[in-house]
Amino acid sequence: MKLAVLTDIHANREAFQAVLDDAAAHGADRLVLLGDLVGYGPDPEWCCETAAQLVLDGAIAVRGNHDSAACGADEGMSALAGQAMDWTRGRLTDAHRRFLAGLPLTATREDALFVHASACHPQDWSYVTSDRRAAPSFRAVTARLILCGHTHVPLLVSADRTGMVRAQSFRTGLAIPLLTSRRWLAVVGAVGQPRDGVAQAGWALVDTARNHLTFRRTPYDVAVTAGKLRALGLPEALALRLVQGR
Amino acid sequence: MPTRPHPGLVIDGFRLGEKLHSGGFATIWAVTHPDHALPMVMKVPTILDGQDGPTIVGFEVEQMIMPRLSGSHVPKVIGLGDFDVMPYIVTEKIEGDSFLQVFQRAPLPLSDVIEIAARMVAAVADLHRQQVIHLDLKPENFLQRRTGEMVVVDYGLSRHDQLPDLLAEEFTIPMGTFPFIAPEQYLRCRDDLRSDIFALGAMIYALATGRNPWGMPTTLRGVRKRLWRDPEPPRAIRPEIPEWLQEIILRALAVDPMRRYQTAAQLAFDLGHPQQVKLTARAHKLKRDGWLRVWDRWRYMRKIRRFAAPDTVAGQLASVPVIVVAVDVSPDGEALAGALRTAVKRMLTLEPDARVACVNVIRTARLGIEQGTDDQGNNLHVMRLVALKSWADSIELPDHRLTYTVLESHDPGQAILNYATANHVNHILMGARGHSTARRYLGSVSAQVVAEAECSVTVIRLPEAREAREAPKA
Repeated sequence: MKLAVLTDIHANREAFQAVLDDAAAHGADRLVLLGDLVGYGPDPEWCCETAAQLVLDGAIAVRGNHDSAACGADEGMSALAGQAMDWTRGRLTDAHRRFLAGLPLTATREDALFVHASACHPQDWSYVTSDRRAAPSFRAVTARLILCGHTHVPLLVSADRTGMVRAQSFRTGLAIPLLTSRRWLAVVGAVGQPRDGVAQAGWALVDTARNHLTFRRTPYDVAVTAGKLRALGLPEALALRLVQGR
Repeated sequence: MPTRPHPGLVIDGFRLGEKLHSGGFATIWAVTHPDHALPMVMKVPTILDGQDGPTIVGFEVEQMIMPRLSGSHVPKVIGLGDFDVMPYIVTEKIEGDSFLQVFQRAPLPLSDVIEIAARMVAAVADLHRQQVIHLDLKPENFLQRRTGEMVVVDYGLSRHDQLPDLLAEEFTIPMGTFPFIAPEQYLRCRDDLRSDIFALGAMIYALATGRNPWGMPTTLRGVRKRLWRDPEPPRAIRPEIPEWLQEIILRALAVDPMRRYQTAAQLAFDLGHPQQVKLTARAHKLKRDGWLRVWDRWRYMRKIRRFAAPDTVAGQLASVPVIVVAVDVSPDGEALAGALRTAVKRMLTLEPDARVACVNVIRTARLGIEQGTDDQGNNLHVMRLVALKSWADSIELPDHRLTYTVLESHDPGQAILNYATANHVNHILMGARGHSTARRYLGSVSAQVVAEAECSVTVIRLPEAREAREAPKA
């Protein structure tokens, strides 16, 4: 089976749609949404509704901190994120909120665990930014493969048989064999607001039969999304961030 | 409880037979399997109880890289064993012996040295083409098929350029085999394919002289010396070694990777064109450098932390291409030859480090009648060589990057294709004449080359020929 793993869509309709098309073109049979469907971006309703339809069609979805915040939870946020969240809350209906609030914090399929941030105390939304910060996730769960998001920067980490946790280098677009002798954690990047300097939607394709993971980038029309943000009068920093991928 | 290998053990259908070899890190067993008829061997790492990090990671690296390799220069992988039960790799059995015995007989006759060197280099070029840097090339890791191809084994320290490098940060000491390890490997660089070029140079040195260039160091301090101490020149040990071979060996052994051959293909090219190797001071050297030069190098090198490494293996291979230009030097091909020369010059502005091999084919009669001389009794081969050199006159490249070869064949297209394959060529440039009637019946050489080449081919046409073809339609 081929899993298309998407995270941090952040109400970016153009990026979300582009990745859905690209995933289909790469033969993905199942979608996994690792949270933060809303927040920052200009299309929270469309992204919520599309995600809800995908879940009805069999997609796996978990909740992110922005999804919780959109439902009224008091998640600590930066000023910029808070400003966008106030706007987002005004756009969502009860139906949207019920869908977001109903998403679980984690999901597991076979030997894989899906979670928005760290697998260790998922509700604390700890950032997995390095191998050192990935170590608690490996300790907290027994899954062989942990897939997460939240940092908006792709990362690959393995834990070997002696318990050594190390970040591994990788190249975008090339299949990485997930050696069965190790456990693996991948931060798959961000669909709707990448922050690694590449203004293309980031996601990952996991081939469970061949036991491969491929980090992918999908170009989308950034100017359209940035234009919407500006037209709505949302902070310029949000539009600039999309254009620069930072 | 992990399983231990023993004769008679059946695992995943493989039945273990005799233990063939017992090394420091692994044992090798003869195995059979009901579904696989070919002779096979199983390699099982000797994992000591507890935390045997290096052996485990090295074996993971082999399990990751070997199934991705193909071709005659690597053993075919049949099966991999899970670490939870018993880690193993089953491959086809290569019947021939390792080259350790051959190296123990060194110094070898020079013709054997050159022939073995060329085959080792070809095998390594094939690994590099597949994005793998071996990083532990040594005589024991070269086996030979019955059909003669060299096979490279043991990928426990290797680096696949497109896969995570599990060994990168795992260990703090340099990894490799001391007599053959490159200076940058001593500095813990694991992403430079030119490290393999250095090991090849050290092995060719050993085949030619019967000694390793830096002996058999047993400590890292001993390995480090090669950063500033030059080896005894091969010709000082064995005077009949030709200067061109010393040039090749010492260039492959340059301390700074930038000063070595940049690809195995370039090293192979020089081994195949000895009379066109450009001789430098290296070629004439008959003793090691004096203490003052060595001391100067020591002062500089002892502070060095790394040499610049290429971005990617594929990028390195592409940045120093071997370009073949098939030139027709006959009088009626003059205009086309001129256009071809313009195209070559243009390409050299994009590929400033390319090496250009000019080739001309003398078409011989199929029945093998010797046509070595023309009606006036002139030697055709020499005449063509002169014409080829005059054609290339205005291509401004240093001599060692421009070579001339005249081939003889009844099938010019096939001759160009064979030359390109044998020399690991990246790109062929050639002209195509218009669609004359004769061409329609005889078939075009360029069409054959385009259809069958293993590399890129650019075909140059003259604009006039196009107009001439269109004219009758009007």
